[in-house]
Amino acid sequence: MDGIITHDLVVDPQSVDDFKGKVDPDWCPGCGDYGVLNCLRRACVDLGLKPHEILTISGIGCSSNFPGFFNSFGMHTLHGRALAVATGAKLANHELTVIVTGGDGDGFGIGGNHFTHTARRNVDLTYIVMDNQIYGLTTGQLSPTSIKGMKTKSTPFGSVEPTYNPITSAIMNGATFVARGFSGDVKHLSMLMQMAIRHKGFSLVQVYSPCPTFNHDNDFKFFKTRVKKLEDADHDTSDWKTACEKAMEWGDTIYTGLFFQNKKAEALGDLEPILDKGGPLCNRPLGLSDKQVDGIIARMM
Amino acid sequence: MAKQFDFALAIGGAAGQGVATPGMILARIFSRRGLHLNAYNAYQSIVRGGHIFLTVRISNDKVYSHGDKLDMLICLNQDTMDRHLHLMEAGGRVAFNSDTVTPGKAADGVQICPIPVKELTGGSRNKVIQNTVALGVITFMLGLDFQVLDNALALQFSRKGQEVLDENVGVARAGYEYAKAHFQSFDESVPNGAKPLALWTGNQALAMGGAAAGVKFYSAYPMAPSTGVLHWMAQNARELDIMVRQCEDEIAVANMIIGAAHTGVRSMCATSGGGFALMTEAVGAAAMMEIPAVFINVQRAGPSTGVPTKTEQGDLWQVLGASQGDFERFIAAPWNALDAFNTIPEMFNLCDKHQCPGIVMSDLLISEGTFSFDADDLNMQPAIDRGEMITEGTANGDYMRYKDTESGISPRAIPGIEGYVHVVATDEHDQDGVLISDEYTNPHKRRRMVEKRARKFAGVDKAMVAPSLEGPADAEVTLIGWGSTYGVIKEAIAQLKNEGITANHLQIKWIVPFHSQQVTEIVTAAKKTIIVENNYSGQFFRYMRSETGLKVDGHIRKYDGEPFMPHHIVDGVKEQMVGNTDHFVPHQEIMV
Ligand SMILES: Cc1ncc(C[n+]2csc(CCOP(=O)(O)OP(=O)(O)O)c2C)c(N)n1
Ligand code: SF4
Repeated sequence: MDGIITHDLVVDPQSVDDFKGKVDPDWCPGCGDYGVLNCLRRACVDLGLKPHEILTISGIGCSSNFPGFFNSFGMHTLHGRALAVATGAKLANHELTVIVTGGDGDGFGIGGNHFTHTARRNVDLTYIVMDNQIYGLTTGQLSPTSIKGMKTKSTPFGSVEPTYNPITSAIMNGATFVARGFSGDVKHLSMLMQMAIRHKGFSLVQVYSPCPTFNHDNDFKFFKTRVKKLEDADHDTSDWKTACEKAMEWGDTIYTGLFFQNKKAEALGDLEPILDKGGPLCNRPLGLSDKQVDGIIARMM
Repeated sequence: MAKQFDFALAIGGAAGQGVATPGMILARIFSRRGLHLNAYNAYQSIVRGGHIFLTVRISNDKVYSHGDKLDMLICLNQDTMDRHLHLMEAGGRVAFNSDTVTPGKAADGVQICPIPVKELTGGSRNKVIQNTVALGVITFMLGLDFQVLDNALALQFSRKGQEVLDENVGVARAGYEYAKAHFQSFDESVPNGAKPLALWTGNQALAMGGAAAGVKFYSAYPMAPSTGVLHWMAQNARELDIMVRQCEDEIAVANMIIGAAHTGVRSMCATSGGGFALMTEAVGAAAMMEIPAVFINVQRAGPSTGVPTKTEQGDLWQVLGASQGDFERFIAAPWNALDAFNTIPEMFNLCDKHQCPGIVMSDLLISEGTFSFDADDLNMQPAIDRGEMITEGTANGDYMRYKDTESGISPRAIPGIEGYVHVVATDEHDQDGVLISDEYTNPHKRRRMVEKRARKFAGVDKAMVAPSLEGPADAEVTLIGWGSTYGVIKEAIAQLKNEGITANHLQIKWIVPFHSQQVTEIVTAAKKTIIVENNYSGQFFRYMRSETGLKVDGHIRKYDGEPFMPHHIVDGVKEQMVGNTDHFVPHQEIMV
């Protein structure tokens, strides 16, 4: 092991620790993202997944450093672009389990257009957003999910902008699995992640993952007393209207759990005739057959 | 070799009057006869109205541009007559619907051919029927048998049912017979070429080049003049197993092909300057993650939205500056449709081998022009070299994606193979993919990784054909161009020869790597040098100067949106040979 490398990658993980990446996270002490990382490791162990079967894709941000700390193939791409990269990767090799990890700024701010359309296309991806309601890596500016009135470095007198709601947006955009977890409730979050990975189609897991360094309004304590599981609230996950209503609640009760699932909608890959047979595109031979060549030329004559 | 037949016909009308259909029917007739064809369509970004002007030039010899002169003008509306009658010279023919168009004053010797469309069509209410009548007239004027048109119409209209076909054949014949009775056909009939030729646009050539290269993932966001690539890909996707995605924006397009390419699929996208601007961050990402992918920028007149339907070579600096930082990527500007076709597989092999992005620069002139080609000239199954790629097997865990090798090229394992687990990153990373910033940055590692990537390009200019001089070495003047101006410069040089000026030709295709040494040798040995560019500021001249320190003697630049015609360059060279100027901007005579 060289320099800062803390772990050799385990080929056949049996435990949560075996899903550790080459290096340990460099997040601040107390960062909510640690919990999210542990949950995904747990979920992958429980699902019996192997590191080489998983491709973890992120953008840029504290939370987007995730793939480096996780034992799987990974792509640490551009700020906001993870979903677009992931769509290409998943369609080109649909046998991979593609998991996208990132932050609220990355996904709902700069990447908002991709969020809308990846949900609409129902690409078979699991999208885990570590929502700390702040821009962490850039040292504390307003995020689309920051609460109104919040004082940040870019809103020193308090933000006047309304807050973006990822859950209702995802549902309206056509996402077929929409859940919310809390980084402080590891068991529940890990279960949601497992369900999301198993779901065929676009699944969002928005995770309240507090940033103790830059967001002092919405910290662990804030969520601890407010989160309430939908499972305990007699919620019908096939009903998008009540799902939206419950997602809009932001006060003494903040719901976590599965808001909405559409089990019938087909994922994009399943709707693409060229993926019906022949296996992943990346394994298919390159170049044209004689028959294909003849067809092309005949049409040009 | 038979006597040279060189004929150009233009059809003008408003958008919505159906200029394209008769144009395509004629183009197909000509190419099937084995004639070489070069067609340029001048149009605007509107669906109805405006002015469309399609020039179709044919010859039994190769044609490299849409030429200088018009032999026949078809006016579908008054506007066309008013705009272009003055272009017609003695021996030319001007045909028009005499019910709706009044002829202007023509030069002596121009034959005016009024066609009473209403009378010939029995008052048909079909608004585009005049186009078919015109086809009949043209067929007669060109000395072709009516049967030739009959066959072509059958092909065009058979899908629309017998009734439509019958109507079209009927009025075409009426037009043919009317012309026979009233007009004089051209002295020379359209000859037959050696063998039937096919037709394509440059965009189709680019798309077919992608298919031949083994592209399995293509994404795009529509933008003229690049959209033809998307249309071809979409049309052929199912048959060729190509995943085609229309994305939410060009940012998604570029990032999606990178995701697909990372899994080992050859991936490509095309756009125009505005879309390419949105893609640029991803170009650098591909370079940093060392993922091969091909980006096509089909230039149009800028800046900004610019003139969407007009041509320009104005994006060179944009492409050179695409994405922040210092990184390795290929940039090529093919010379014509066939070259564009061949460039794509070549570019993919280079990008795969060197694990980096490649950018192909086309422009409206190549991409939307229609050209004949000999199907036997196409290599649809070119050699495919994927470079050092690991697609199977197992490793024992010490795999390093960015291993610092002598060549700088690190064997690339695709995701999914056991034991090769790694993370690629747009942040600077060490050999094993671990971010350098994860250890408070390490200047020595940073330097090593910059040098590793740079080493991939050491001596890379030997991987492609270096530029060379066409024409006599001791010519009085050397014309220098890049990309799509190849054909028009070549034809200008032939004309100059007839006027007693010997010129030779240096055309550049590879922008990066730039063959500085070869270019320097050629340019310093030249008696007089003139650079021809389809832009205002001499982007290529300034780039060449920055790479070689070379100056040139003169410039010919055009930036009105329309492509050069050969005589524009001839005029510019003549002016400069007598010392009238060293910077010539030709006047565009055809107002479109
Ligand atoms: C195109 C671009 N713009 C801006 C940045 C700077 N930047 C890096 S991370 C970030 C925001 C991070 O916030 P978020 O996505 O919520 O992640 P967090 O750090 O809070 O986990 C910004 C603005 C960038 N890297 N790229
Ligand atoms: S700044 Fe905030 S989000 Fe970033 S690592 Fe620290 S606590 Fe976590």
